[in-house]
Amino acid sequence: MPLIEAKNLWKKYGENVVLEQVNTQVEEGEFITVVGTSGCGKTTFLRMLLGIEQPSQGQLLLDGKTFPDEPGEDRGIVFQRYSVFPHLTVLKNTMLAAEFEQSPWSGKLFGKKREQAESDACKMLISVGLEHALNLYPHELSGGMQQRLAIAQALMKKPRILLLDEPFGALDPGIRADMHHLVQDLWKKKGLTIFMITHDLSEGFYLGTRLWVFDKIRLDIQQSDAYGACITYDIPIGQTDNKIFDEIDYSLDQSRKVLLD
Amino acid sequence: MKRLINQYPDRLTRVMLGALPFILILIVYVIASDARLAENPHDKLLPSINSMAGAIDKLALEPSKRSGEYLFWADTASSLTRLGLGIGISALIGLVFGIVNGVIPYARANLSPFITAFSLIPPLAILPILFIVFGLGELSKVVLIAFGIAPFIIRDMQGKVMELPAEQIIKAQTLGASTWLIIIRVVIPQVLPRLIDALRLSLGAAWLFLIAAEAIASTDGLGYRIFLVRRYLAMDVILPYVLWITFLSFFTDYLLKTLSERLFPWFHATEK
Repeated sequence: MPLIEAKNLWKKYGENVVLEQVNTQVEEGEFITVVGTSGCGKTTFLRMLLGIEQPSQGQLLLDGKTFPDEPGEDRGIVFQRYSVFPHLTVLKNTMLAAEFEQSPWSGKLFGKKREQAESDACKMLISVGLEHALNLYPHELSGGMQQRLAIAQALMKKPRILLLDEPFGALDPGIRADMHHLVQDLWKKKGLTIFMITHDLSEGFYLGTRLWVFDKIRLDIQQSDAYGACITYDIPIGQTDNKIFDEIDYSLDQSRKVLLD
Repeated sequence: MKRLINQYPDRLTRVMLGALPFILILIVYVIASDARLAENPHDKLLPSINSMAGAIDKLALEPSKRSGEYLFWADTASSLTRLGLGIGISALIGLVFGIVNGVIPYARANLSPFITAFSLIPPLAILPILFIVFGLGELSKVVLIAFGIAPFIIRDMQGKVMELPAEQIIKAQTLGASTWLIIIRVVIPQVLPRLIDALRLSLGAAWLFLIAAEAIASTDGLGYRIFLVRRYLAMDVILPYVLWITFLSFFTDYLLKTLSERLFPWFHATEK
């Protein structure tokens, strides 16, 4: 059974069709990179995976069952911004998952349990390269370090699925490359299933196992909301070449012109 | 010559410029007071600095003949107690209702319209009701302050809770937090510095309601004293009292600001 399955999935807001006829299957352990023009439903799809949006028609299944209708522990998330808690230090941000789990009333741990949670958090922070910043607050970190923290924090819960919503969009190119290594490394070690949204097509071309392009097949120039987007390209990474890159780049460019003008 | 908007005073100039209006008003007062007193030594409107100091000396350093109390300090103590209770209770009400309204949609749908309507009742208009219901004692004065500022704090806190990025609330859920844990570990620590901001903004209103209540029905307090000695045109008491109230208000504000900077360094670093 596939981990995630979409069967003839539609999403509409009133007259505005965002997604139409999305059919796909995802197996455990895949690393899917999602690209598409803004307004082409890739964030909407991610929000459905999170559980904060529900399909208007069709089905979205997790392990063959309807998707949960609220965020849960099996699906971790890293947003482009605001993913970490500004009032907690790096270490405390990372300990949060353990504190939530083991202390449902005070949300804090003491004694042995606290030491255990701290040492677990430290191990995770070492694996993302933040061991020298344990007692800093997020505002004292650079953008790249904040995203490392957000990833570490999400992984503490050992999610099956990790959702990344343009996680490196605000970072410098050099730091972005470091982060790619980090994510790929963690994905291999932890056996995660990853969905990563990006607006950088080249990022999608070498990261992960599978590339999805969300785009509108039908475009009404007078009324761009009339038709929704679906997955127009679904390519295994490795079988990609420059010709496909240019083709996708061109088609995205076309819909970008219609949608944004 | 640089544009005016790009010219900054150095530290000394800044302090002197800031002090200038205070010094000017003091000089104008002394001159005007001297002029009036030269005309009529019994003039009460603009008493000399000396006679004000004398009046306060008497109130602060000599026990009252009637009650044996040091009136100035007794007045200050009772006013500050009422103010502190009023503000403290309002802060608690504001925090609880603001957070519940901000976090839980059902509570918001239920309470938010009512609190908005409630906050529009002019507190002074219901002062007679408070006196009738709670009597003329301490309770009605504290209730008036709470009535006056708590709705504002609730609405402000509700807004601040809802301004927290949705991403944070979602992230907390993916880390396994219940509604309760989100409230105590994510929401409360982040709105506490904003609660202090709201308290600082409501200090002026709190003093207004306190003095109004003391003026109408009280037997001590800074507001009571001012309105009592008004009968004798005792400007030599009223003016120092007003200055003292202003100072207390300023000092409370400063204290809250410092407290917030000590307790919530992350908040003040990201504010700018």
